[in-house]
Amino acid sequence: MNLGTDILGIVIMFTAMVALAIPFGKYIAKVYVGEKTFLDPVFNPIEKFIYKFIGIDPNEEMNWEQHLKTLLTINIIWFPLTMLILMNQDWLPLNPDKIPAMSPDLAFHSTCAFITNCFQQHYSGESGMSYLSQLVIMFSLFFLTPSVTLAAMAVVFNALKERTTEKHGNFYNYYVRSITRILLPVSIITAIIFLFNGMPMTFSGTHTFTSLQGDTVHVARGQVAAFESIKMLGLNGGGYFGVNSAHPFENPNFLTNLIENIFHMLLPIATVFALGFYLKRKKLAWMIFGVMTSWFLLLLIPAVYSELQGNPEITQMGIGNSIGNMEGKEIRFGTAASTFWSITATASMNGAVNSMHDSYMPLAGGMQLLGIMINCLYGGVGTGILGFFVCIILAVFIGSLMIGRTGQFLGKKIGIREIKIAMIITLLHPFLSLAGTALACYFPNLTTPTLNNPGYHGFSEIIYEYTSASSADGSGFEGLGDNTPWWNISCGIIILLGRFLPIIGAVAIAGILASKQYVGDSAGTLKTDNPTFGLMVFSLIFIIAALAFFPALVLGPFAEYFI
Amino acid sequence: MKTYLLPSLKLTAVLIIICSVLYPLLIAGIAKVAPGGGDGVTVSSHGRVVGYENIGQKFTEDKYFWGRPSAVDYNAAGSAGSNKGPSNPDYLATVQARIDTFLVHNPGIKKEQISADLVTASGSGLDPDISIQAAKVQVPRIAKIRNRNEQELYALIDKVKEAPLFGFLGPEKVNVLKLNIELNVK
Repeated sequence: MNLGTDILGIVIMFTAMVALAIPFGKYIAKVYVGEKTFLDPVFNPIEKFIYKFIGIDPNEEMNWEQHLKTLLTINIIWFPLTMLILMNQDWLPLNPDKIPAMSPDLAFHSTCAFITNCFQQHYSGESGMSYLSQLVIMFSLFFLTPSVTLAAMAVVFNALKERTTEKHGNFYNYYVRSITRILLPVSIITAIIFLFNGMPMTFSGTHTFTSLQGDTVHVARGQVAAFESIKMLGLNGGGYFGVNSAHPFENPNFLTNLIENIFHMLLPIATVFALGFYLKRKKLAWMIFGVMTSWFLLLLIPAVYSELQGNPEITQMGIGNSIGNMEGKEIRFGTAASTFWSITATASMNGAVNSMHDSYMPLAGGMQLLGIMINCLYGGVGTGILGFFVCIILAVFIGSLMIGRTGQFLGKKIGIREIKIAMIITLLHPFLSLAGTALACYFPNLTTPTLNNPGYHGFSEIIYEYTSASSADGSGFEGLGDNTPWWNISCGIIILLGRFLPIIGAVAIAGILASKQYVGDSAGTLKTDNPTFGLMVFSLIFIIAALAFFPALVLGPFAEYFI
Repeated sequence: MKTYLLPSLKLTAVLIIICSVLYPLLIAGIAKVAPGGGDGVTVSSHGRVVGYENIGQKFTEDKYFWGRPSAVDYNAAGSAGSNKGPSNPDYLATVQARIDTFLVHNPGIKKEQISADLVTASGSGLDPDISIQAAKVQVPRIAKIRNRNEQELYALIDKVKEAPLFGFLGPEKVNVLKLNIELNVK
């Protein structure tokens, strides 16, 4: 096979992502600033109607505490609603394939995962979700959960402006605009492209027929095209079917793979540039993009290289192993594009897969793990840039101490309270992932029977599961038999904590900074938009990730690689 | 609390109508003019629907080209990969057994001619394609059973095979179901 076309495929994908993300970032900034766009005549009446119906004034500004209360209320409503539907889907309408109701623990885990944009799934779509559940829960939350974080991001952007204020716009306004002006229009366009590439979009149930060889075949179908477009754009990543985007209906050919891959990286990269356009600090955006991309390449290159070599154990068996490690991968994507996806989807907290991460070579599996461990390269919709913002605050603090100054970012002095919050939420993710793993290892009779692989690889399955839960990525080493009360309850709790505390923390820091007096930069202020500072943030991420996660990585993928 | 709850409840109701009703209905409406009418693209042979273009199916008979191994035996109502780790001894034994079985059914083939995709399970368990080499290596077996000229079968593979996207992106591949339908034509 010709490896050139494979490598070229991923180079083109990355270039297209960045090329699309810059203008899209500019558009996003305009949406939240409230500038006129050419789509106003379409959206203004719709939004006006919504605001009138719910009875709020979109121009009434809120302080950061009010923003957070609104954010949490919107999320809490979905908790009982989702639980109720999942536990009663057997008798509710739109269930042509007679899918049974979910058990309470599975419904709890699914609810936690869905309302947080994590979409970790301990069930298989074709046998675990009725059409009603897919439509009401998945479709709505696919739009609503990324909008929650986009709105939180808009609050932070607003708070970082060069002025002193307590008020940062209206949360409902940011939230509704994220759906009507960003997510919905793009999703409709990609869904139409997907339809013409053979994705189904039907309300009919499973189709039964006789195959060419004479076997009876049942083919599960559903509303895949509309599902898939927002699943990618909103970085939701939950699969319509069990194997997610490896399923030929969810990802029929190399073109759909290309589009899905570009679109799940679009918002994370675009929001970085949106920050630059919003604050009129393009150099700062390029610094952030530079650090993220350096890390991304550092994960990508070894992973692709290692997968292209194929599995040496299989090479030893004497067969032609030139197409790379194909276990768990699909021919239509090939080794390179599958590995590229696995790194973009773990770096971006999308969590959709087009190949089975459990079957990757240890080095590539380790890089996927590192992506969800670092958690802000490029990170989730809104949460990626918020996580990176917290890293910047820490780097400013450390860097300023080195030159003997008080830390200052965008003209605001950074105080003790902000640093404390930043430190707590930076350590929260390693704490949740590792504490979960430690507990799981402490109760081996509950967890080891659920592992699909022995030895170090089995340990990797555990740590992957919890890191994925805490980072809201949602992918998994899917061999893990995770539909047990232990996994459902422990992951559910970790998902909730890992999602909401960092958002609250980031908004709080920005809110506190905004209310401080604007002092402006002087000649002695640490510059945050040059390569030197980029290198500092890069190292800070390395120190946090290395100190927190390195021992766990050594016990999992590294041990498997070296032994 | 009431200041937040009431607007949020109303907002949730409106957004469910937009995202869960209007949006899917719009796309389902457009699907009517797409290939397959939104129900998935089917393939027929001799006037009978025998499969979906994109969903791989099981071929175990020697007279057909085989697809890739599947962790779920091509159950299109329950997709899954094997999720076996690369160093798992059970997994490596399975791969070895697949190689041995292949050699028994394809006498005269050398090990190094076997392409890795023929002995490793796909991600979905429903992979509709195999690599060109994986198709070619099966030609001598099929030619013998069907009493056909090998060159003719190689030409058939060339006819059915799909080039990389735009000619230069991604792998070259061949759809097993389409290949087998062509095989039955004569």
